[in-house]
Amino acid sequence: MSEASPKPQAEPSNWTRAIRRLLARNLPLKHLLPDRQPVYVGSWVYVFGVVAIAGLIWVIASGVVLAFFGPQWWHENGVGRFVNSLHLWSVQVFFIFMVLHLWGQYFMAGWRDGRAPTWMVGVVIFAFSIVAAFTGFISQQNFDGEWIAVNAKDATNAAGIGSFFNVLNFGQMYGLHIVLLPMLVVTLIGVHLVLVRMHGVVRPIDRKQPAQPSAEERPS
Amino acid sequence: MNAAERQEKYYAGVKMINFDLVKEMVLALFVVSLVVIGLAAALSSPDDPAVTIQTWATKEPVDFVTTAASELAGTSETAQYGPPYNSTADAAQAVGPISPQAWAGVSTPIDTAQDFVLRPLGFAAIGNPTLTTALQAYGAASADQQQTWLTNYSTALADATVVNAEVSVASGDYGPVPDLMTGLLGLARTGALDGLLLSNGNLYQTDFTLPLLFMGDGSYLSNLAADQHLTGDQWGMMNETGMYPGQTWLWLFSFWYQIPPFNTAANTDLVVIILMIVLTALLAFVPFIPILRDIPRWIPIHRLIWRRYYRDS
Repeated sequence: MSEASPKPQAEPSNWTRAIRRLLARNLPLKHLLPDRQPVYVGSWVYVFGVVAIAGLIWVIASGVVLAFFGPQWWHENGVGRFVNSLHLWSVQVFFIFMVLHLWGQYFMAGWRDGRAPTWMVGVVIFAFSIVAAFTGFISQQNFDGEWIAVNAKDATNAAGIGSFFNVLNFGQMYGLHIVLLPMLVVTLIGVHLVLVRMHGVVRPIDRKQPAQPSAEERPS
Repeated sequence: MNAAERQEKYYAGVKMINFDLVKEMVLALFVVSLVVIGLAAALSSPDDPAVTIQTWATKEPVDFVTTAASELAGTSETAQYGPPYNSTADAAQAVGPISPQAWAGVSTPIDTAQDFVLRPLGFAAIGNPTLTTALQAYGAASADQQQTWLTNYSTALADATVVNAEVSVASGDYGPVPDLMTGLLGLARTGALDGLLLSNGNLYQTDFTLPLLFMGDGSYLSNLAADQHLTGDQWGMMNETGMYPGQTWLWLFSFWYQIPPFNTAANTDLVVIILMIVLTALLAFVPFIPILRDIPRWIPIHRLIWRRYYRDS
């Protein structure tokens, strides 16, 4: 008498498992936090992006303190003024190194070999960062802030967005500046970093290699 | 082939070196911390006090009254702005048939005579017989009569003097307008007009559209801005008060406002915005645009960036 061996049963559908497998296949931890990189990464240009993120960490940290104590605090308090100064100078550092990173990647043709989405997300980050900073300058509650609002309304009205993005409305600008726009910028930077780690660092430009992303090497 | 396998294949044959991503991030954060704390401690940050209507009316009463008269006459910049504040014909900026300003329509309706002058004076007139009479006389007059008074008064303001904190003009046919303006100036000097223009029936007010538009119509605010190199034709978008850096990343946006034909066009803002949208789209789509994507190969800056790699390989 012999027993028939049980047939292997198909695993029931499980969304969590599917996402875990997708991540494991496309972004294993050793790629997310690599301890080895190609030899050509030994250049200062690769530091610009990291420094920009370090600047952003200070922007967010000082911004959280300013938001906690309220928009009037830094005008009346020495410590508040210092925190506002940290905010101002870290924004400058963030932008300087973001622009250096952008130009560095341009002259390295960093979009090659399937990295066009990484480049495009980077440009969108730059655009949203400009809007985030713009709403911050408007929210200063001082002469500079009110003048920027008065002056900028002509551009936003001409673009037809003044009807729902009113630069003269402090409440709206402040809300966008401390919540929505930082969330967008940070989320997009997260996407950008995941794309960078998924694809790895682009090879140096070879004279024989086309600078455009080839169709078969684009990410599916 | 998944992304991880593609990366392994991409690096096949490439010499790999030891790399500490976390250490690099921590070191960068440390250096940036020193720089940011050092700059903040040494240079602080600018904070010139905001200008209020009270400040304006106190320091430049003639400019305040001249602006208020133009708001009442409907000749101020805001009164003739077009969308989103009113529907003044042909006021919206356009490039050919493209006019987002006109398409968006009037979303924040503003009647400058009512909102900036008559309604606030209505509050001030309570218990003030002179102002009550002036408001009644002005309201009872025909539109033509009102315009005649305002035109005469505005002309006389060119030679106005300030006597005992009041704006004085030569005798003339101004009807109740001088009383209205004296009442509004007094209201502004106390700071009450700032509050009345903010008041919208809600407990908290954060919408400064009315006071900022009113101040923007005068010369006081823009003269202060010009003194600080903040106006559009002074690269003002990039500047801050004092010697501090402002939004320096807006240099290209600001650049177009300095050169013809942009700085002389009636639709400058819309033209510059369209141009910047096109340029930003070009930047985003560089990987797919011939010539733009090839420039990095032609200009050998990459030879400098990867000089050690090229030298050793």
